[in-house]
Amino acid sequence: MGRINATPTGKGYTLAKTFQGGVHLADHKEQTASQPIKKAPDPQRVIIPLSQHVGSPASANVLVGDSVKIGQKIGQAQGFISCPIHSSIAGKVVSIQSSPHPAGASSLAIIIENDGTNALDEGIKPKGDLSILSADEIKAIVKEAGIVGMGGAAFPTHIKLSPPLKNKIDAFILNCAECEPYLTCDYRLLLERTDEVIYGMRALMKALGVKKGCIGIEDNKPEAIKLLKALPEKDKDIEVVVLKTKYPQGAEKQLIKAILNREVPLGKLPLHIGVVVNNVGTAYATACALKQGLPLIKRIVTVAGSGVAHPQNLEVKLGTTFAEVIQECGGSNEGVEKVIMGGPMMGIAQATLDVPVIKGTSGILLLNKDELALEEANPCIKCGRCVDNCPMGHLPLYLGTYGEREIWEKCAELGALDCVECGSCTYLCPAGRPLVQIIKLAKQKIIAEQKKKKK
Amino acid sequence: MSEKYLLVSAAPHIRTPEDIPKIMYAVLIALIPVVIASVYFFSLLAVKLIVVCIITAVFSEYIFQKLRKKNTTALDGSAMITGLLLALTLPPNLPLWAAALGVVFAIVLGKQIFGGLGYNIFNPALLGRAFLMAAFPALMTSWTLPFNLDAVTGATPLAQMKFAQSLVAHQALFLGNISGSLGETSALAILIGAVFLLLKKIIDWRIPAGFMGTVVLLSGAFWLINPEKFADPLWHLLAGGLILGAFFMATDMVSSPVTRKGKWIFAVGCGVILMLIRFWGGLPEGVMYSILLMNALVPLIDRFVLPVRFGGKRKNSV
Ligand code: SF4
Ligand code: SF4
Repeated sequence: MGRINATPTGKGYTLAKTFQGGVHLADHKEQTASQPIKKAPDPQRVIIPLSQHVGSPASANVLVGDSVKIGQKIGQAQGFISCPIHSSIAGKVVSIQSSPHPAGASSLAIIIENDGTNALDEGIKPKGDLSILSADEIKAIVKEAGIVGMGGAAFPTHIKLSPPLKNKIDAFILNCAECEPYLTCDYRLLLERTDEVIYGMRALMKALGVKKGCIGIEDNKPEAIKLLKALPEKDKDIEVVVLKTKYPQGAEKQLIKAILNREVPLGKLPLHIGVVVNNVGTAYATACALKQGLPLIKRIVTVAGSGVAHPQNLEVKLGTTFAEVIQECGGSNEGVEKVIMGGPMMGIAQATLDVPVIKGTSGILLLNKDELALEEANPCIKCGRCVDNCPMGHLPLYLGTYGEREIWEKCAELGALDCVECGSCTYLCPAGRPLVQIIKLAKQKIIAEQKKKKK
Repeated sequence: MSEKYLLVSAAPHIRTPEDIPKIMYAVLIALIPVVIASVYFFSLLAVKLIVVCIITAVFSEYIFQKLRKKNTTALDGSAMITGLLLALTLPPNLPLWAAALGVVFAIVLGKQIFGGLGYNIFNPALLGRAFLMAAFPALMTSWTLPFNLDAVTGATPLAQMKFAQSLVAHQALFLGNISGSLGETSALAILIGAVFLLLKKIIDWRIPAGFMGTVVLLSGAFWLINPEKFADPLWHLLAGGLILGAFFMATDMVSSPVTRKGKWIFAVGCGVILMLIRFWGGLPEGVMYSILLMNALVPLIDRFVLPVRFGGKRKNSV
């Protein structure tokens, strides 16, 4: 069993499960946790990058000057690991050009000007009841809707739903851990749109042919836990598993370990031990795709941090710029040092606010100096904190020193490749060493080296 | 939003409030009860020794780093710890110049020569003391009784046992009314600071537990065999610098192993060596040597004692 701890969750004591290692973080969720999701008005203009997922970018199937409708496919999936892209508003394609991308660098994007008609694409209609749809039909719908992992990783969901035949999947986990500080978008979705989320979860389970599903949720969300535990009788095949609040509880491997006590072997994927994990937002998007026929064109974004006037969860059309989202939340105040897409542990710092919200944008955080890590790197004092708390059992200090000296083979030997990049090591290091940053670089170097060898 | 430059750097974007100076100053705070006890027992002698050692430590670090044109870390607290810890291991009536010399040795040859904090192999304070023992054996082994500063030279409890087979009462040992170095006199004062550090998770409980546990087990075994000849375990626990060493010196992060398993090995090793020295060595006090010897083995321990990896076995070493 992942280590079990008695933790108070509302009334009485339940056993909260957890994993080895990890960090207790101040969660800062109070800013947005109690506010209902608000719909943002449709933007005048959207920037829709063709690459919003892991894998090959989609290719545009519209031309400059074309009129498009809401939900119309404007980018065709390319290759096996890829996803189609849809328009989030109705209007005219004004340009297809390289634009700043929130995941770094620039990428090709379709820019659409809103014509105010709000015309819906003809293809958008309910796909029929879950009881009639077959597993393959569900997979096809998910694929066509361009659904990806909405927790931030943005891995195409239809691929997760189609494991190789020899890998029998027997467990499905809905990831409601939301272990990153500040973020509450999954929590709000779970609270306010519970039925849809569960519907989506059932659809994903059916697509995989899995009979029993688990919902993993951290014990800092007592309201949602209460709600889920009160699910109607017919939902008895769905088990709610309360997890200790600890970062990175939402990392797939740690989640599986805590809930099922199965360990993903080195170099393997969850599917190799019969598990598929999906995020709350993904389940919700799936429900929308089935019930309304709506492809993935909007998402919930947590806008938080001390730099924003009115922190809240906004339902935003994909392609809306960060600047507009922030404006919608009352604008930013002085002293903002960093704008981050995602959570503060794994999110990506932005150089400009002209980047669009994409499928993986779980949060937009505006942080000031006091909230940020601004530390000069000192030599390692061998305190052991990084080692004791690495959820993967790594020795981040040595990965750091070997990496600094560019001895990449040694990093590979020490297992750099299966670092989950959770950043716990860097967070904890009293010497301010950029451990995970070095490890990420090491991974790139090691992979490049492996590719060279194959050739 | 006014166009201003946004900071762009890699995740994570937040970090623990803990940093090196905070850790070091917490250790200094934890040593306050010991300082108070030593001043209580040895009054002005203690004050002088402590002040001289701390100031010398900070200055020698500062000057060395300036000479090498490096940024100075003299005020990060670690040099002060070295100075204070060394002072606490000295006989109260050691001449101040000798104490200062020991500190300079500790800082320059014990720490800075290796590259500064983080690169040293040995606990600098203990290295300084070892140097003084070698250079001035007579000065280093003349002890004063508390409250009776310039008169009798009392042998330390361990020396008494070793050479005269007589035992000092447990209670005196615990409270500190015995002759000995500044800081090894009051176990109570040391424990107060130790609890603080344990609660703040600045020292790992495995090291004192393994170290003292081994001492208790081994001395207990001998005592059961022959209570006439050997002192009881509690006495061994309280005598000499064991408690100070186990909580404040063996736990030094830089010179102890990095993994939990490694810490156990290190701590048990310290205990075994200490008992070997106490039973069969020619030296009345072995805490210093036991820790220094195990310090030397730390690189080896760190190379081979590695944590279990998630999802698989580890075949390699560091
Ligand atoms: S080494 Fe990787 S997995 Fe371990 S704490 Fe650091 S980032 Fe997380
Ligand atoms: S946390 Fe930092 S200082 Fe501590 S062992 Fe790891 S790298 Fe070294």
